[in-house]
Amino acid sequence: MKDKRSTETELSRRRLLGAAGIGALAVGAGGGYAVGQQQAQTPAAAGVADPDAAPIPFEGAHQAGIVTPAQDRLYFVTFDMTSDERDDLESLLRDWTAAARQMTQGNDVGELGAVGGSPYSPPEDTGEALGLPPSGLTITIGFGRSLFVDQKGRTRFGLDGKLPERLTELPSFSGDRLEPEISDGDIAVQACANDPQVAVHAIRNLARIAFGRASVRYSQMGFGRTSSTSTAQVTARNLFGFKDGTANIKVEEKADVDDFVWVHEKDGPDWLAGGSYLVSRKINMRIETWDREPLEGQESIVGRTKGSGGPLSGGDEFETIDFTAKDDTGQPAIDMKSHVRLAHPDFNKGAKLLRRGYNFVDGSNGLGQLNAGLFFLAYQRDPGKQFVQIQRSLAGLQNDLLNEYIVHVSSGLFACPPGVGAKGFWGEGLFA
Amino acid sequence: MKSCLATIGVLTLAALSLSACASDPSESAAKGDLTVAASDSGCKVSATKLDAGPSTFTVTNAGSKVTEFYVYAEGDRIMGEVENVGPGLTRNLVVDLPKGTYEGACKPGMIGDGIRQTLTVTGESAKDLSDSQELTAAADSYARYVKSQSDTLVVKTTEFVDAVKAGKVDEAKKLFPIARTYWERIEPVAEKFGDLDPITDGREPDAKAEGVDFTGWHRIEKQLWVSGNTDGMDKYADQLLSNVKKIVALGQDAPLTALELAQGSKGLLDEVATGKATGEEDEFSHTDLWDFKANIEGSQAAIASLRPVLEKQDPALVKKLDAEFAALDNELNQHQDKKTGEWAFYDELSKDQVKALSNAVAALSEPISQVAAAIAASA
Repeated sequence: MKDKRSTETELSRRRLLGAAGIGALAVGAGGGYAVGQQQAQTPAAAGVADPDAAPIPFEGAHQAGIVTPAQDRLYFVTFDMTSDERDDLESLLRDWTAAARQMTQGNDVGELGAVGGSPYSPPEDTGEALGLPPSGLTITIGFGRSLFVDQKGRTRFGLDGKLPERLTELPSFSGDRLEPEISDGDIAVQACANDPQVAVHAIRNLARIAFGRASVRYSQMGFGRTSSTSTAQVTARNLFGFKDGTANIKVEEKADVDDFVWVHEKDGPDWLAGGSYLVSRKINMRIETWDREPLEGQESIVGRTKGSGGPLSGGDEFETIDFTAKDDTGQPAIDMKSHVRLAHPDFNKGAKLLRRGYNFVDGSNGLGQLNAGLFFLAYQRDPGKQFVQIQRSLAGLQNDLLNEYIVHVSSGLFACPPGVGAKGFWGEGLFA
Repeated sequence: MKSCLATIGVLTLAALSLSACASDPSESAAKGDLTVAASDSGCKVSATKLDAGPSTFTVTNAGSKVTEFYVYAEGDRIMGEVENVGPGLTRNLVVDLPKGTYEGACKPGMIGDGIRQTLTVTGESAKDLSDSQELTAAADSYARYVKSQSDTLVVKTTEFVDAVKAGKVDEAKKLFPIARTYWERIEPVAEKFGDLDPITDGREPDAKAEGVDFTGWHRIEKQLWVSGNTDGMDKYADQLLSNVKKIVALGQDAPLTALELAQGSKGLLDEVATGKATGEEDEFSHTDLWDFKANIEGSQAAIASLRPVLEKQDPALVKKLDAEFAALDNELNQHQDKKTGEWAFYDELSKDQVKALSNAVAALSEPISQVAAAIAASA
C-alpha cells in the first residue's frame, strides 16, 4: 500500500510531465521515469512514511528554511549582480521565485522541464533531480548591503530608502582572517535538503537562470546539520565531536522565535517585516591539533561533556547550566573562558540566535590536513544586539578558549525578506 | 569631384559609371557600378542610394595600410567583402542587395569596426524567401564568410611559416596571434575534420597522453616563447601550412548547414568559456585575447548569417543576442590597444577582469544555446 504522501509526490512529478502536454515524449522515456520513481520510493516500501516525499510548503508569512527543522544537507551560495538594471533585478527575483516554487515541491524547473523540450534546445531543467523526492528542500533568500549601495555609498537599482538600518557591515572581530572572495555578496541563497543532490540541483538551476543578470560569487556545501532547530530533533555534532546547538532556539519556542528571529513591523523597513537577518561565517577548524587535545581539555574548552553534552556543572544535555558551580579544586566548573559560558545569553544581555549551521570538508590542504570546519548560519531579528554582541564576547585569543582551534575565514550579513503568497515574489516589497 | 577623378586615374579595368560622378552621389540612385575610395582615414562610396539587384563595388586603396571592404546588413551580417586590398591596389566586389539599409565599411589595417557609410537600397525588393530557402541563404552567407576568412588564413599562415623558417623570431611572434585570428574565427569548420584539428591546434598534454608528437600552432608557439628561437621548427612549420591548406580546402567543399552553423555559434562560445577564459589555449604566448575576440567574431558572423531566420522565429532572442554581444564586446574591447589593434596579454589581466569577461561570456552563452532550437523549428 502506498502512503498518501508518496502518492502526492508522484502525482506532482507526473503532473508536470502531463501538464506540459509532451506529445513527443517517448513511451520509453516515460517508462524510464516511472522506474526512477519506483526506485526512489524503495526505502519507504516497508510501509514507513518517507518524510522526504512530502514537500515543505513554499508559501507562507515567513520564508521556509529558517524555522523549518534543519535538513541534513546545505548548499549555500552568494551572487553578485552583473547587471545594474532595476528591471533585471526584479525579473531575476520573479524568475527565481517561480523556479523555487517548482523545485521545492519536487518539480522540474520551467514549462517543459528536463526532458520535455525541443531536442535541439538545452533542457530547461538540468535533470539531476529527476526521480528524486522533494527531500525537504527549502530555498531561502537574503539581500546583502551591497545590493542596496555600492562601495561609494551610491544607491543601486533605485532602491532608495530600502536599505535596512540594521543591514550594516559587520564589525571586524579579533582573530578574523576573512577572505573577501568568499565573503558577502549581493544576494545569498541557502538551499537545504536531506539529499545533497537535490540541494545542488536547486542552486545549479538558480545560477543558470541568473546568467546575464547575476553570477555566483562563491558557494559552500555542508553536511550533518550542527544545530537542531526543533525539539523533535536530536542535537547533532560538529567536527570537534561535540553536540552543537543544544541551547539553540527551537521552532516550538514560539516566544523566543518571535522575539529573536522575525523582524517586526516597528523594526522597519516595511518590506522586511516578517523577515529575518542571516549571518554566515565560515569557520575553519584546526582539526588535527584539536584531535591531539586530551579529552579533559576538550571538555573544559567547550564547557560540556563530550559524551552526553551535559554542562560541566552537572546534569544531562538540557540541564540548566550553573555558572557558579565549583569543581573539586574550588575552580569554576565551567571555565571562565569556555565557549558555553561566553556564548550564553546570561553573559550577552540575553541575546539568542537561531543557528542553522553545517559541517564542511573541502578536501585537504596538501599538508595532510583536512580543510574542514563549520559553516555557521544564524537567523536573528537584530544582528547588532544578537550576533555581534555574542561574537564580541567570543572573539580573540583572550576570550573563547576555542579560538586556538578555529579561524573565521568568511563572513556575510543578509536581510531575508518575508515569505511570499500564491502570486508574490521574493523581495517584492523592494519594488513597491 | 577631385577624389572621383583621382579614382578614374587609377582604374584601368572596371568600368566606372560617369553618372555616379556627375552629380551629388547621395541624390540619385546608382545602378550597378560603384567606386569605393579607401584610404587610411577615409572610405568614400560613390553613391549611397542604390537600386536593388547586383552592384559592383570597385575598391581602390589610396592609403598606406592593407584594407578590406565589407557590405553589412543589419546586425553586421556580411553581404559581401573583399579582403587584403594592398596599398595602390584595386579590387572588385559584386553583391546582390535586396531592398534595405546596409553599411559599407573600409577597414584600414584590417582591424576594428571600420569606417562606415550607410547605403540605402530601394526598388523591387527581392522575392520573399521560403523558410528552407532562407536556411540555404544563411548557409550560403556563412560559406562566403568562411571563404573570406580561410583565404586570409592561408595568406597569414604562410607569412607566419615563412618568418619561422627564416628564423625571424620577433616577426613570427607578431604574426602568430594575427594568423590565429583567422583560424579561430572559423574553428567550427576545422573541428569537423577530427584528425586534422588535433595535429594543427592540439595542446602539449594531450599529445603526451596520446603518445604522439606535439605539433601545430602550439608546438611552434612553445619554441618561440619558451626557447626564444625557431630551432627544429621547419618541419612543424611546413606541416602546419599544409594542414591549414587541407582544412581550408575541405571546409570549402563541405560548407556547414544552417543547423551546424547554429551549433557552431555556440561551440565557439564554449571554446571561449573552456579554453580562453581560463588562459589555457595560448599558455606560452598568453595571446589568448586575440583568440577570444576571434571566437566571438566567428560566433557573431554565424548568428549574423542566421539573422533573417531568427528574426522570424524569435525576434526577442535576436534582441537579447544583440544586447549580450554588445555587452561582451564592451567588456573585451577595453583590453585592446586602439592604435595598434593589439590585445593585452592574458596573464596581465586581474582576477576581477577575468571574472567580468567570464560573466559576459556566460550571459551570451545562454541565449546562444537557444539558437539551434529556433533554427530547427524553422526547418
